[in-house]
Amino acid sequence: MTMPSASDLLLPLAMAVAAGLVGSYAVMRRMTLASDAISHVALPGVGIAILLNVNPVLGALAALILGTLLIWAVERQARIPTEAIIGVVFSAALAVGSMLASGEELLDALFGAPRAMSGMEVVLGLAAALLVIGFLVRARSRLVIALVSPDLARTTGINVSRIDLLFLLSFALTVALGLRFLGVLLMGSLIIIPAATAKQVAGSLRGMQATSVAIAVVATVAGTLIAPSIHRETGPVVIIIAALGFFASLMVRRER
Amino acid sequence: MPNALDVRHLSVAFGRQQILSDVSFHVEPGQSLAIIGPNGSGKTVLFKALIGTVPHDGAVEWAPGTKIGYVPQKLDIERDLPLTGLDFLRAKADVAGVPAAQAEQALALVELPVSIASQPIGTLSGGQFQRLLLAFALMGNPSVLLVDEPTAGVDEPSEAGIYALFGRLRRERGLTILLISHELSLVYQAADAVLCLSRRRAFFGRPMEILTTERLQDVYGANVKFHLHDDAVSL
Repeated sequence: MTMPSASDLLLPLAMAVAAGLVGSYAVMRRMTLASDAISHVALPGVGIAILLNVNPVLGALAALILGTLLIWAVERQARIPTEAIIGVVFSAALAVGSMLASGEELLDALFGAPRAMSGMEVVLGLAAALLVIGFLVRARSRLVIALVSPDLARTTGINVSRIDLLFLLSFALTVALGLRFLGVLLMGSLIIIPAATAKQVAGSLRGMQATSVAIAVVATVAGTLIAPSIHRETGPVVIIIAALGFFASLMVRRER
Repeated sequence: MPNALDVRHLSVAFGRQQILSDVSFHVEPGQSLAIIGPNGSGKTVLFKALIGTVPHDGAVEWAPGTKIGYVPQKLDIERDLPLTGLDFLRAKADVAGVPAAQAEQALALVELPVSIASQPIGTLSGGQFQRLLLAFALMGNPSVLLVDEPTAGVDEPSEAGIYALFGRLRRERGLTILLISHELSLVYQAADAVLCLSRRRAFFGRPMEILTTERLQDVYGANVKFHLHDDAVSL
């Protein structure tokens, strides 16, 4: 393994910023468990893409969008236990995915395998990251009001169901962005852990988002730089660094 | 002048459970309507039908151009949600397209100090949070205020203050106010009209027509007494 160059870090950096921002809303919306489950739905997509010999990230993205539409439709139907349905559907996705993909491919899909990307892949990846970041920055006020109370959001003139869908789609896009790099299992963690850490220490929205993005970026860059020198895959190192940050934040919080 | 709100034959059911059936009433612009009734009679569900968040049968017609400010009774907020009162109000200013300074003006109106509104919303007391929600509702210049039990969890001096504020808003801004209340004495003295919901049917009219001993006994199923305050409050 060789040390990554500055240009190799550009896409992971954009992905980390998107993950930190998406995560801050996911955690405030109490979607911690659902987030993990959503990222698993990428797996059958990867499996099918490998079978059909197309780019696995495209397969994952298609599966994620379908999964997102499913969750959104279920959430719109009040009085259905969303958590239960999400749990069942996405465990099933994991099972189907692991049947379709096998061996090395499965490990790559689960834990990521960063390798040289084509120029086109990098450009598309950056465009997707900018799209997610742009939406989350622009829609900040609408997202905040909707997460406090959908009823208040509606009387403020916000189309709650539309903003929910756009948020879930940006979540799915962020997971797809990190697939190559961190894999299905670990990308959900890069979205949730920095945001959960930030929630422990921040007292305002701006503080939480800045902290969440900073932790995601530091963990990603540090993991990418450290992993080659200890001869380990990048994804697990990134997540271990993020998790250490979370445990440190628990101590800070206790001392407050 | 058309009514601010016309509701005709409104019914709401959750599955097989009928919550509201055949409720009709209207509110004139600038009027105050008090909604009373025992627990479980569907008062909050009525508000949700009026703002369009629960499906219903029948007609709910707001006057054209109506802007609603809604003050819910309580919200389920995590204590450690990293969102301050000011964050929340500024988000409203942004969405409503009004200057961010309206947040501070609304706080002054509901008499909530900026230092309190700068704390995370999950750490505010019941009364403080209620005032914050009221400030949120008042931003963006609403023409109608829907308030769900404004004095639940609020001590008596603050309670009087909140009702006095509603009176002032009505006089100064010509706001139409719909208010769910348990304060029968206050409703009797101050509201222009009363909608009394019971599990069987709804009664709508002027306070003195609706708040009779017999009817209250029938609706609440027990002896309900209310005394009239000497100091008239105008709602």
